[in-house]
Amino acid sequence: MEKAVVLKGITKRFPGIVANDRIDLEVEKGEIHAIVGENGAGKSTLMKILAGIYQPDEGEIYIFGKREKINSPGRAIELKIGMVHQHFMLVDRFTVLENIILGAEKSSGIALDEKRCRKAVEELLALYNFSLNLDARVEEISVGQAQRVEILKVLYRGADILVLDEPTAVLAPQEVRELFNNLRRLKSEGKTIIFISHKLEEVLEIADRITVLRRGKVEGTAIPSQVTKEDLARMMVGKPVMMRFDKEPLDVGEVLLSIEDLVVKESSGRPLVNGVSLKIRGGEIYGIAGIEGNGQKELAEAIIGLRTASAGRIRICGRDIADLSIKEIRDLGVAFIPEDRHRQGLVLPMKVWENMMLGYHTKKDFLKGRSLNLKAIRGFTKNKVEEYGVRLSSIEQPIEGLSGGNQQKVILGRELSRGPKVIVASQPTRGLDVGAAEFVHKELLKMRKKGSAILFISADLEEVLSISDRVGVIYNGKITAEFRPEEVTPEDIGVYMLGGEKGAGEAK
Amino acid sequence: MLVGELLASSLRMAVPILLTALGAVFTERSGVVNIGLEGMMIVGSFWGALGAYYYGPYFGLIIAMAAGMFMALIHAINTVTFRVDQVVSGVAINILAYGSTRFLSLAIFNMATTSPHVSGLPKINIPVLSGIEPLKPLVNDISPVIILALLLVPISSFVIHRTVFGLRLRSVGENPLAADTLGINVFKMKYAGVLLSGIFAGLSGAYLALEHTGMYVEGMTQGQGFIALAAMIFGNWEPKGALWASLLFGFSEALSFRVVEGGVVPYQFIKMIPYVLTLLVLTGVVKKSTGPAASGVPYERGLK
Repeated sequence: MEKAVVLKGITKRFPGIVANDRIDLEVEKGEIHAIVGENGAGKSTLMKILAGIYQPDEGEIYIFGKREKINSPGRAIELKIGMVHQHFMLVDRFTVLENIILGAEKSSGIALDEKRCRKAVEELLALYNFSLNLDARVEEISVGQAQRVEILKVLYRGADILVLDEPTAVLAPQEVRELFNNLRRLKSEGKTIIFISHKLEEVLEIADRITVLRRGKVEGTAIPSQVTKEDLARMMVGKPVMMRFDKEPLDVGEVLLSIEDLVVKESSGRPLVNGVSLKIRGGEIYGIAGIEGNGQKELAEAIIGLRTASAGRIRICGRDIADLSIKEIRDLGVAFIPEDRHRQGLVLPMKVWENMMLGYHTKKDFLKGRSLNLKAIRGFTKNKVEEYGVRLSSIEQPIEGLSGGNQQKVILGRELSRGPKVIVASQPTRGLDVGAAEFVHKELLKMRKKGSAILFISADLEEVLSISDRVGVIYNGKITAEFRPEEVTPEDIGVYMLGGEKGAGEAK
Repeated sequence: MLVGELLASSLRMAVPILLTALGAVFTERSGVVNIGLEGMMIVGSFWGALGAYYYGPYFGLIIAMAAGMFMALIHAINTVTFRVDQVVSGVAINILAYGSTRFLSLAIFNMATTSPHVSGLPKINIPVLSGIEPLKPLVNDISPVIILALLLVPISSFVIHRTVFGLRLRSVGENPLAADTLGINVFKMKYAGVLLSGIFAGLSGAYLALEHTGMYVEGMTQGQGFIALAAMIFGNWEPKGALWASLLFGFSEALSFRVVEGGVVPYQFIKMIPYVLTLLVLTGVVKKSTGPAASGVPYERGLK
């Protein structure tokens, strides 16, 4: 069998991490090859290397047997590699036809030869049995149809190897079925398809072969008929070395955060959080494990008042927060460490001390009459900078000049310094190096000791299991299982994270 | 007869607005807001008069377009290459235009606010139509620039909607990231859009000086660059829409002249008509019409 893509020893390093570590991969011509792995396993990096967006630091790439250097997206197209991005790159106001031909138009003189373009696209539609209205505007069509437009874009440019990055993440189940039919049709016409996903059921259904990535390395390649979902989950999650924390057992206090049947919907009415109930007591860390995009972000935002609940109740220290403003919620003693510190946690062009007082500008100790007490604020900032060991040249410097870890320390200093009762920590260690992550863990454990109730959300299963007193698994906006970390293995939780049924991987 | 005169006068008034509005369509479609069009018109009127004074009207038109394009180049470098705020750059262009023309006028003509008289292009009569009595004021003894402006409407429409260039120009104004991933040179397209708007505005200024007044007069653009922006928005970013909107503004100006001659209402109020209309249009229509999605947003690679 001819090999469409062969990767040998591909290594890609980013500051602080090795995203791809000596990856070997062989994709045969005409197969659907799935690449699975957890968030951060290195799937997307690998595909971006193939699409010419990133350059590997080491390793060789062979396309149809010839060694190639893919140094730009344009080169990838020349090599007939087409990337279907997870986030569509479409012009909403254009028609489907215009979107497909854009950049590769057929013309007569300066004029666009719409007839010839339309004919070429219609031939593709007929060949692959796609249904699309070429004259509809992209803003009017469904997500599934928009994805077909993306696929047609690369086919129109003559791609033989299609790379689909998490194509089912945005689709409804029936659209997934249609996509799979389309992919099978493409395969029967001799196209090679690389399919990135973390949804194991889908992968088992569509793929001819499956390669599992874990922590930047190839964990193995499997054939769907010979493995079960549990096997794959085990390969994906692996046997982790548990992080060790100085975590003394604590007598837990009163319930400080209580959530009952919480439902949060997006504007279209689709529920993102769909009936979550949980109670966290003082001195307790409740971990939320789950693959990103299953409602974690919305859950966190509902607690601090950024999103309104469509149903259910959130109580903080016994007080229902439904009618409270964000400021009033914060005044109840809620601290928030957002998952996107650049967009939610900080104002990047503002100075370090300005960021340190954000949200506390009405506190008496920061005010002198009606104006800010700059002396007090700068003094407070200097104390915190010293206490947390924030590395900076001056507190007058814009915070965007600090490293991620130091930025996070400023957020911690601000959020944790007023003795919060409830802490919502959403992916607090994302993008941090090991040292900074450890610092965040230690600070949260300190707050646990002081009696705060902590909601700890992370996509890193090992982290959640190590730090939490209890762990809930979130899937499709629901907490599908709850464990104490000591009575469960990561594999068991992995099954629930991937939407497994109760009982499929019951705790041993 | 009176109606014919009024329409002819409307058309003459509409032409500078139309030309600049067509330019505005190109720059906006590429995603760059250009409020410096007023300044580009000023520059066009001065350089048009200057060129015509020394070398005749045809050269005047060409040098006016070149001057407009030069100002547009400054705007493009500011906003596309250096991603300066588009409104700030536009304001700067307007100030620069005003100051530089006054300075050059003093230096060259020895007069701060006017140029000597210059002659325009020879007036033409449109064959066949010129014989029809009710149309006479509209088709006889008119400036060829009027014909050119009207021809530019379908030409612009064709370029924007039916050419490869137009498709790419629009894609850049709507979603530059998508265009970039398809190998379209976003920066080149934006430069093209902005430069075209400068050429149109320069021509428009030259029309005012050569064809309308017969000389350069400081302040002769009277904010028509801004009115043209309103016409472009009112016309829903389409050349044909810009035509109807410009005719409406031209008509209101022509009307204001006639009513002033009547002397019933104090003329200051009548002179306000085009500007009040602009305000009404901008407040009332803007909500309903939508411009290019990425208009006014500087494009930077690697940003989502």
